[in-house]
Amino acid sequence: MSHGNMNLTLKVWKQKNKNEKGRFETYDAKGISPDMSFLEMFDVVNEQLISSGKEPIAFDHDCREGICGMCSMYINGRPHGPKQGVTTCQLHMRSFKDGDTIVVEPWRSAAFPVIKDLAVDRSSFDRIIAAGGFVSVNTGNAKDANNILINKDDADTAFNAAACIGCGACVAACKNASAMLFVSAKVSQLALLPQGQIEKKARVMNMVKQMDEEGFGNCTNTGACEAECPKSISLENIARMNREYLGANML
Amino acid sequence: MASSPKLNSKIPQGELETKWTKYRSTVHLVNPANKRSLEVIVVGSGLAGASAAATLAEMGYKVKVLCFQDSPRRAHSIAAQGGVNAAKNYQNDGDSIYRLFYDTIKGGDYRAREANVHRLAEVSGNIIDQCVAQGVPFAREYGGTLSNRSFGGTQVQRTFYAAGQTGQQLLLGAYSALQRQVGMGAVQLLARHEMMDVVNIDGKCRGIIARDLVSGKLERHFGHAVLLCTGGYGNVFYLSTNAMGSNVTAAWKAHKKGAFFGNPCYTQIHPTCIPVSGDHQSKLTLMSESLRNDGRIWVPKKKDDNRKAIDIPEEERDYYLERRYPAFGNLVPRDVASRAAKERCDAGYGVGSSKMAVYLDFAANTERYGKIQANKLGLHNPSKDEIIKLGKEVVKEKYGNLFDMYKQITGEDPYEVPMRIYPAVHYTMGGLWVDYNLMTTVPGLYALGEANFSDHGANRLGASALMQGLADGYFVIPYTIGDYLSEEIRTKSIPTDNDAFVKAEAEVQERINKLMNIKGSKSVDHFHKRLGKIMWDKCGMARNKEGLTQAISEIQALKAEFWKDVRVTGDANEFNPELEKAHRVADFIELGELMCKDALHRNESCGGHFREEYQTPDGEALRDDDNFAYVAAWEYKSDSNFELHKEELKYDNIKLAQRNYA
Amino acid sequence: MSTKTGFLHSSVGKKIVMGITGLFLISFLIVHVGLNSAIFCNDGGVTFNAGADFMAHNPVIRVMEIVLFGGLIAHIIMSLMLTMENRKARPVGYAMVNGAANSKWYSRSMGILGSLLLIFLVVHLGNFWVPTKMAVMNHEEHNTFEGMKAVFSQWYFVLVYLVGVGGLLFHLLHGFQSAFQSLGLNHKKYTPLIKKIGIWFSIIVCALFAAMPITMHLGLIK
Repeated sequence: MSHGNMNLTLKVWKQKNKNEKGRFETYDAKGISPDMSFLEMFDVVNEQLISSGKEPIAFDHDCREGICGMCSMYINGRPHGPKQGVTTCQLHMRSFKDGDTIVVEPWRSAAFPVIKDLAVDRSSFDRIIAAGGFVSVNTGNAKDANNILINKDDADTAFNAAACIGCGACVAACKNASAMLFVSAKVSQLALLPQGQIEKKARVMNMVKQMDEEGFGNCTNTGACEAECPKSISLENIARMNREYLGANML
Repeated sequence: MASSPKLNSKIPQGELETKWTKYRSTVHLVNPANKRSLEVIVVGSGLAGASAAATLAEMGYKVKVLCFQDSPRRAHSIAAQGGVNAAKNYQNDGDSIYRLFYDTIKGGDYRAREANVHRLAEVSGNIIDQCVAQGVPFAREYGGTLSNRSFGGTQVQRTFYAAGQTGQQLLLGAYSALQRQVGMGAVQLLARHEMMDVVNIDGKCRGIIARDLVSGKLERHFGHAVLLCTGGYGNVFYLSTNAMGSNVTAAWKAHKKGAFFGNPCYTQIHPTCIPVSGDHQSKLTLMSESLRNDGRIWVPKKKDDNRKAIDIPEEERDYYLERRYPAFGNLVPRDVASRAAKERCDAGYGVGSSKMAVYLDFAANTERYGKIQANKLGLHNPSKDEIIKLGKEVVKEKYGNLFDMYKQITGEDPYEVPMRIYPAVHYTMGGLWVDYNLMTTVPGLYALGEANFSDHGANRLGASALMQGLADGYFVIPYTIGDYLSEEIRTKSIPTDNDAFVKAEAEVQERINKLMNIKGSKSVDHFHKRLGKIMWDKCGMARNKEGLTQAISEIQALKAEFWKDVRVTGDANEFNPELEKAHRVADFIELGELMCKDALHRNESCGGHFREEYQTPDGEALRDDDNFAYVAAWEYKSDSNFELHKEELKYDNIKLAQRNYA
Repeated sequence: MSTKTGFLHSSVGKKIVMGITGLFLISFLIVHVGLNSAIFCNDGGVTFNAGADFMAHNPVIRVMEIVLFGGLIAHIIMSLMLTMENRKARPVGYAMVNGAANSKWYSRSMGILGSLLLIFLVVHLGNFWVPTKMAVMNHEEHNTFEGMKAVFSQWYFVLVYLVGVGGLLFHLLHGFQSAFQSLGLNHKKYTPLIKKIGIWFSIIVCALFAAMPITMHLGLIK
């Protein structure tokens, strides 16, 4: 079944599991439509592989509308590919030309071990949130919502930080595989809101500690994370976290 | 009509307004020491699952959470855009618990249970309080108070929101609460795990069989109670706004092990989605209902009008919703708006290359916002261009992410040209039948959120799914589960080498072997697409007896073919997305048949269920309250054999009436 | 005390040390370039030598010199630790990296630029600091200005210094604004200003430093 008239060559990382070594494999993607998303292009390739009895390429994906944060392909040297501000599932083939060769790799980080092919284990992010990315309020203890007034600018800035989808593109983009943008987005969201004040010191200390234990690298302020973040999370958040951390240690 | 003796809805006695308060104050409790030895399994980590798991763990229960995604934060609640309803009356526009209750019953076309819906409206305010306390960054006014907007089917502003990402923010709030419990060791998190079956012992649900999706290993988990918070089954249509992984497997397995399935045919088709662009399409993308606040829906007055939208003059445009429903205009409920779009397209007035789309136009409101903004800035006599420019900035602040998404997918800029939209499968009101306690017909097995059938009747109002998911998880199950668990404090943990667990695991293993060994010629997706087409064509926005009858036999044939000719590549003992899909599609096929049977038996139209044979002269859904004011709860007997049980719906507080939005 | 060790062991703590020591080294650069610019008085080194003499003998400056070396060593040790950790954080590298798409090359090359600066520093200290120290220890008169003229009369030293200053330029272009970010000083209003100041600071300081060997070699400074 033909869909369009683009023909592409894919060089895709194949790795059986966490322990085995991986390698690149080359695939032809034929009859691709420019209206397809990058993942739909993979669907077509996989369908062809299955019909010829070969094993399809494993990759993570779920919502396919850019919000769940599950898709995670490193495309031609950039997380989520050549377009700014989109996830892999929202990247469309019109961003490529007929005849292109596209190199697709998994996120690479010691803290994100490969599960299979392009799918990686990002549970380190969950553990960082479990270390402090919350307000300790049990269900049923809340007062009326409008009793907490919040300046609109602060609420908006907190929302912008909270828009992080936890995809890990920041780690993938960073030359040091640092998770500072992810961690700082949550630290910032809660540091900006009155609800987060009570636990602010413990929060930043515990989350940074967990981040370091997971084996992420260190931030050297190259700004690659911000540039590649599909939700444009700002570097200001990292500065805010540094500030919070310094304050928590010194004061 | 009397309810089936097998269905005890356990609705508390007394006045509607006091049922829940009284019940809460009298329901059996479990003392803290006993809670520590009671184990609860929560399947699914969306709004319902995460909030239930976090709350139950806070209360002291031992909780396990499973999700098939790599993290609980990925659950598809994350994609909900528009907002969450709550009867706070912050806007002083006449909202109240009763009004939210009334709107929801009416919006659901009088097919929901009064007591459940009233309880939902009662706790709606607590949800907002709880989320704000967690640090959920809702949109705010300059004075620091919370902001609201309107949604379909209501005339008040009661929807709380966080830009077009409300579901994300609410889920991340619940996820944070859940992770806090994980960090404290109160919840054991099993990500990349899929529930494969429930395990019943002596008539009670006592655990599950799960598959570790990374290693492929089957696992047995004991629980004194099992909560299915596994979402809806819209993916039975292949193309829907659901996530690729959203599935019915957990609910379907429960159904086959004794849980009745309620109203399976009630499907919500959302009116504002990006139209299908080709046969490669893997999913459909919603454009939030909130856009109908500011967008006007129209088609050309002339058939087969091939002019560009901007070249069609105002007087040649048919704003058909405003024409047909002047009181609610573009904000009629979803089922009504969807059917109206289909009616126009079927009559030949559709737009775009496929002619299966209508326009959602922001030009008028962009100009209106531009004028307001110009006044605010003190600009006198601004030019039209200046007004439009200012207006676009306002629209961008309100809907920027949605407009970007639209542009990304279609390659068209909605700031310049109207959006093209068409209805798409979005939500399923049907689900596992539950009583007032959210327990299914299997003791100890619960269903929360979209996975149950309970609160939305035959059509859900916008921004009510988030409300229901969180109500069930934060404020309902923590109380109602005590009614059952208080009787279980003497039940010791059952070792998982018990025969029932061994047998259930063996059955799952056998099915896996069977799937792997078919080694047929067609991919899983191939079957899924075919199933989706049958369902959309014959059990979609409009249904009729003939089509449904055909669909049932087509699905039965498809099922036989699937089990003969599907090809599942790879190995069962490894990360194998094809095998995961195969399990899910096999269950969707069986569910599809039941949906068609349910749709066929319901000889009336109501909400999202529109039988062409039953409509008013002007094309509205025609209910038959004398014969169909009941919940259809289906019992699984054997392959393709389901028995219907009825739960009568009694309306003591609302007068049944033909819905009127005109 | 345990929190202190925790701080220095943490990624954020190390970054903050990098920022503080970096800014401290930058402040030294201001003094250094300011003093050396006295050669542009073109008075046969009178002003410059007076300054150099003051620097060589003032007790406060002597103490600061030790602090300066301390800061430099801390900056180097921290950077080595960070680099080693960063290597470990990505054991399998990418086959294809398009770094230019998301960041400046010099922001990604601070380690290499820093190593280059370290090598340069050894040469530089050998040229000027060691002879001055020897003279002070031996209570001899030392004419630093004449020493400069002698070094910069050789073309290859001029070249070495230009390369060193070039390295400094790019190290500063990233380092200046990066130090503020690491210390948490990022603000919508002020950060653009800091970035601008950083660029101009780097260019002016390095231009002045570069002008010294060139003008001396060409005999413009007598």
